[in-house]
Amino acid sequence: MYQIAERYPLDGAEMREIYCRTLEECMEADPAVVALDADLMTPLGIAGLWKKRPERIFNCGIQEANMVGVAAGMAREGKKPFVHTFGVFASRRACDQIYMSCAYGGNSVCIVGSDPGVASALNGGTHAPNEDIAILRACPTMTVVEPADAQTLRCLIPQLAALPAPSYLRLFRRQRPRIYPETETFSIGKAKQLTQGEDAAILACGIEVYEALEAAARLEQEGIRVRVLDLFSIKPLDTQAVLAAARETGAIVTAENHNILGGLGSAVAELLAEECPVPLERVGIRDQFGQVGPMDWLMEHYGLTAGDITEKVKRVIARKGKK
Amino acid sequence: MSREKKTVWELERFALEIRRQTIRELHSLGSGHVGGCMSIVELLAVLYGERLQVDPANPRWEERDRLVVSKGHAGPAVYAALALRGFFPLEQLETLNRPGTKLPSHMDAQKTPGVDMTTGSLGQGVSAGVGMALAARMDKRSCQVCVVAGDGECDEGQVWEAALFAAAQGLDNLTLIIDQNHLQLDGSTDEVLSLGSLEEKLRAFGWQVLSVEDGHSIPQLRQALSAAWSGKDGRPTAVVLNTIKGKGYPAAMRGPNHHMIISDGDFEEAMEALAQEEQRLREREEAAGCTR
Repeated sequence: MYQIAERYPLDGAEMREIYCRTLEECMEADPAVVALDADLMTPLGIAGLWKKRPERIFNCGIQEANMVGVAAGMAREGKKPFVHTFGVFASRRACDQIYMSCAYGGNSVCIVGSDPGVASALNGGTHAPNEDIAILRACPTMTVVEPADAQTLRCLIPQLAALPAPSYLRLFRRQRPRIYPETETFSIGKAKQLTQGEDAAILACGIEVYEALEAAARLEQEGIRVRVLDLFSIKPLDTQAVLAAARETGAIVTAENHNILGGLGSAVAELLAEECPVPLERVGIRDQFGQVGPMDWLMEHYGLTAGDITEKVKRVIARKGKK
Repeated sequence: MSREKKTVWELERFALEIRRQTIRELHSLGSGHVGGCMSIVELLAVLYGERLQVDPANPRWEERDRLVVSKGHAGPAVYAALALRGFFPLEQLETLNRPGTKLPSHMDAQKTPGVDMTTGSLGQGVSAGVGMALAARMDKRSCQVCVVAGDGECDEGQVWEAALFAAAQGLDNLTLIIDQNHLQLDGSTDEVLSLGSLEEKLRAFGWQVLSVEDGHSIPQLRQALSAAWSGKDGRPTAVVLNTIKGKGYPAAMRGPNHHMIISDGDFEEAMEALAQEEQRLREREEAAGCTR
């Protein structure tokens, strides 16, 4: 079904394996790195590391607010905490703790929210974080990132540990296609350009990067050349790359596994409206709650597939030059 | 920074001065959280007078005892204690809540020398204190972490999450002091949300619990805090202080005092009451044959 499946094969390791392995490396390199969880160590695959390093990894039980507050206190004392729970609880349940004890209080904690958007799949609407980017992007000093593949994740973790202010890592736990070679490096705030093109640009993050690449491949067969940008760093946004894409292609499509209100599409729209207004179409969940279902079905239901992106690209190109 | 031994009189005079400076500070602004500031004045006198090992010349000294005042609205009283202790000039107290101040209404560790944690959203300072105690234990530091919370603040579920976690971690370098003044913004704690016995609850959560019958009595506070600092039995310690919200500010006794307008008349009345109290302390001190 996917034309690009051979070029970007499924990674042998799950994202959570990469997360745990990289975090362990960070712990070995830096005694200040610690991890906290709220009874979701098993789904994250970190339970083994917890047994191995009980002095550095703490299971707080099912209490997200306290976990984030404890992490803030540890950060105050020079620790570098990584705090994990499902994205819904990380962003909604512990929002005030992230805002006041971490960000406003100047305490650098990396909040890891797993199972973004449709990745909540069979856990359903109660567990679908469709608004976590919006919530945390509005918090001053926060960095918000969503990696598309294992290599991106691997590179981001040590950078998140070193940040002077809190951050949010939107983590897909299972296998992802390998988009980048193992030699690729990433910097927070700097987008990655994956394809060349002048007709339009697709700006995507997380699982939508692969969909964007597939859309670009399909469009190329119709003679439409599209630039794909991986905006894994949603905040800070690579304004230079976004504005260059707008100026050089004149048509932008954003794609995110998130509500179109407040997420990547909003961030791009805000920038373009102020600096370089060009036709824009947003692919994302259109202000709806999540629901239970297999991820593929949910992607189709909410219009997050390569096919949906392809249609939006055609529509945005048709709008070029019109008042 | 060895702990200085103080006499009871010295600490009582220190408390009186904290109260006087806090009222001046709030009066200079015209309004503020009088009630919750006044109820912890004697506690602050014992903490900053002798209990906390801190260095005003080096507020971030690594081995210092940490104090997290989770009831962040008591900032003005803490600022008065910090200024009197030499963390910053007394004149700075009159910058309270002014544009660009280092002394905001609710406490900010990034702005005020001597403030160890930003607080204001109730309940959060308790968790932060637990995290600081956990970090201190990891780093094998001998310092103590002390958290001050209000009784109304204990409505917050986060306080109980933190209480459960601190006990499970066996953080005996942590002391939680609860300012039990039986009042919160909308009325008495019984009217708003009955707390029952905080002592029994905390004991059931696995804490060592001490009660102070009169949270404005310097000797009682000294004894309880000394026991809390030395009681190393693998449990965190809670000290429940019975206090009077607004204590020592006469106008506060005439109605709701969580946040009040401070009129010139009420201010003068308070200054006069404090002058009389100072005279009483002096006479008692002389009668007991103490020397300055």
